[in-house]
Amino acid sequence: MDVPRLFILNETIRNLYFHVCMWFGMMILFGVSFVYSIKYLRGFKLRNDIFAHNFAAVGTFFGILGYATGTIWANYTWVTDQSQSLGSILKEPKLIGAAIALLIYGAYFVLRGSFTDMDKKARISAVYNIFAFAMLFPSIWIIPRLVGSLHPGAPGSESGNPALNFKDIDSRLRMIFYPAIIGWTLLGVWIANLKIRLQLIKDKTLINE
Amino acid sequence: MNKIFLRLVLCVFGFVLSAACFAQDAKPEMADVMRSNGKIYVVVAVCLTILIGLFIYVFLVDRKISRLEKGKD
Repeated sequence: MDVPRLFILNETIRNLYFHVCMWFGMMILFGVSFVYSIKYLRGFKLRNDIFAHNFAAVGTFFGILGYATGTIWANYTWVTDQSQSLGSILKEPKLIGAAIALLIYGAYFVLRGSFTDMDKKARISAVYNIFAFAMLFPSIWIIPRLVGSLHPGAPGSESGNPALNFKDIDSRLRMIFYPAIIGWTLLGVWIANLKIRLQLIKDKTLINE
Repeated sequence: MNKIFLRLVLCVFGFVLSAACFAQDAKPEMADVMRSNGKIYVVVAVCLTILIGLFIYVFLVDRKISRLEKGKD
């Protein structure tokens, strides 16, 4: 598959199918987790709490992978070839926003671990999960789009908004990018599904269907 | 004696000049594996990071399942 030939980026434009898809997968998995947390609060079925917990866990894992791949990509494009200083990369609002979002989800697991009572744990962590999902909106979707950023989609950049606007992404990239999002997300759903089934077997005696 | 000295100086001058010319012509040769072939190895590194990460994660889940199996027997 041919890709657009760009300076500095060169062939690393292909990271769009990996790095960006990790974040998309994370957002979708967190969305699923959010829905199950609401479902838990509606009926207080422990089953839904297990679903919410494991989807959030795999989502966080995808976020960590997105961060790790981003560091490699940034090292060979922003740092060396675009000669950005370390300061301007540390100031990058999308990095800070994503770190905040991941730390909020990290606190979700700390919160879950600190309860001994199962029902209390499920109830409070479901409420916290809704808050954590709400915090995704400003931290990774709104603020990086308002202030200057090295990522595409920032105001003043010529790249437009390749993640969401159909006209700002090359059609050759789009042909693989959208199926790749679906594929990586389904991989995440599968891993989450394995973890959920494991937990359901473990807690068989506790869950009354 | 003087002639030999002059020749030697010219020779050294020539060496230095050619070395300077050579340095201008060729770029410094560094171990730039990641930057060769249009930086395709950056994509390889990213791909491997995700694969290794996923393998470790699935391996940890696998270990949890084994522990559960042992507990049952």
